[in-house]
Amino acid sequence: MLLDVKNIDVLYDDFQVVWDVSINVNKAEMVAILGPNGSGKSTILNTISNLVHHRNGSIYFADNLISEVPTYRRTELGISHVLERRRVFPHLTVMQNLLLGAWHPKAKEQLSNSLTKIYKIFPKLEVRSDQLARTMSGGEQQMLAIARGMMGLPKLLMIDEPFLGLSPIVVKDLIKIFKNIVSEGISILFVEQNVRLALSMADRGYVLESGRLVVSGNSDDLIESDKVKKVFLGN
Amino acid sequence: MTSEIILQAIVTGLMMGLIYALIAAGLSLIFGLMDIVNFAHGEHLMLSMFSSFWLWSLFGIDPIFSIPITILLMAFCGIVTHYFLIRYILKAKMLIQICATFGLSIFIRSIAQLLWTPDFRNVDKPLLEGRLEIGSVFIGQPQLIASLVCLIAFIGLYLFVTKTETGLALQATAQDRHAAEILGIPSNKMFAIGWAIGLGCVGVAGGMMANYFFIFTDVGINFALFAFVAVALGGFGSIIGCLYAGIIIGLVESLGGLLIDPSFKLLYVFVIYLLVVIYRPQGLFGRY
Repeated sequence: MLLDVKNIDVLYDDFQVVWDVSINVNKAEMVAILGPNGSGKSTILNTISNLVHHRNGSIYFADNLISEVPTYRRTELGISHVLERRRVFPHLTVMQNLLLGAWHPKAKEQLSNSLTKIYKIFPKLEVRSDQLARTMSGGEQQMLAIARGMMGLPKLLMIDEPFLGLSPIVVKDLIKIFKNIVSEGISILFVEQNVRLALSMADRGYVLESGRLVVSGNSDDLIESDKVKKVFLGN
Repeated sequence: MTSEIILQAIVTGLMMGLIYALIAAGLSLIFGLMDIVNFAHGEHLMLSMFSSFWLWSLFGIDPIFSIPITILLMAFCGIVTHYFLIRYILKAKMLIQICATFGLSIFIRSIAQLLWTPDFRNVDKPLLEGRLEIGSVFIGQPQLIASLVCLIAFIGLYLFVTKTETGLALQATAQDRHAAEILGIPSNKMFAIGWAIGLGCVGVAGGMMANYFFIFTDVGINFALFAFVAVALGGFGSIIGCLYAGIIIGLVESLGGLLIDPSFKLLYVFVIYLLVVIYRPQGLFGRY
């Protein structure tokens, strides 16, 4: 098991947003975290990155307890996180954004290899390498954010709302790219509100409601599940 | 009024402007990096002048040679400031942040008065003395060298921030702290580096000015005010903006003093500040 999140509680000050959630991700697996707005999906990713601390429970990555590892040490362990709304560095060029993605020594060694690979997956980024990130479209920025995450040579790529505000064509492209990434042995854990879309590409899914895990399982089973229908469509 | 006098005022203004620019760049770097205004910037300048003075007075090192020591001392001072004060107020409310650095300024100034008394001091017979006469314009040698050193330091700072890996990481941290942290760039370390460089700039300016300026515990106040004006005029977080703004302020100060009335020198600068705040609050090169 690559990532094993065991029974975590997360609180913002005194306000609990995640209750007793357990999630795991295997190698080369695509896993979706689903749930309506405010159900704690992003918080879980942020907790795995230690941007938010969890109260109880534990987080294991590649069989090591990482609950206390600071955020900036997690990329070198193999966790890359693409934050919600892309969060590219707006006043830096595409190239500079990518360089910053390869910060730890191992990633720096592989820099030119990674760049060649990234440009193959996202040819547009090579064309735009000298352009400021903020001047690109939403779809291009999302690609840059994912590419920047890939530059850190992740074993696990976490993506928060990858399709937010993107056109259907770009969404289609991204799905293909995700499948390629997984076929190379990298796991993807992503957060998404569009259940049908998410389950059509993911191997497994976890459904959250108000910070609690409601149901989890294989995508095919979840799509048919009454519980999923209840969470997203109401009674 | 002859053109020679005006030319003289322009040269004087330019030389002062380059010094203002470097002081402002230090302030701007720290602000851009972590949204904290260093209200003790003037006191840090005062400390760097005293560093230069004491190295001369106690050890006989001329200010021009003690510059590297002063820079290192100030950089160390910046790191200490970050680890013992700023680190704890990063997430605090703005008012708390203002009070913290403002309090630090009062603390430093009071300690300095206690230790060194409020007397005016100066470095006697520094190596850099005398003046050059070019045509009809007189240029004080220490002033000229100080402004050139400040310009070189400024260019160095600019190249460091825009061309080096650490500079890139500083920019990334300034633009999105969490996104940078996620990529493996420790914000806390970047902040400490930012403080070290920011106060290092002040060290260069203060150390060079020790050659020709009176050194006393309140010396930093006006310089800090000008630095705030320069940062606002140049645009918050823009380093290159500080260069233009510093030069504009230097010129306004000296030309205004010459053409209108020297007793209102400060006024002209603050009129500029008000105009910027009212008509172009983002400054000349600002992003915000």
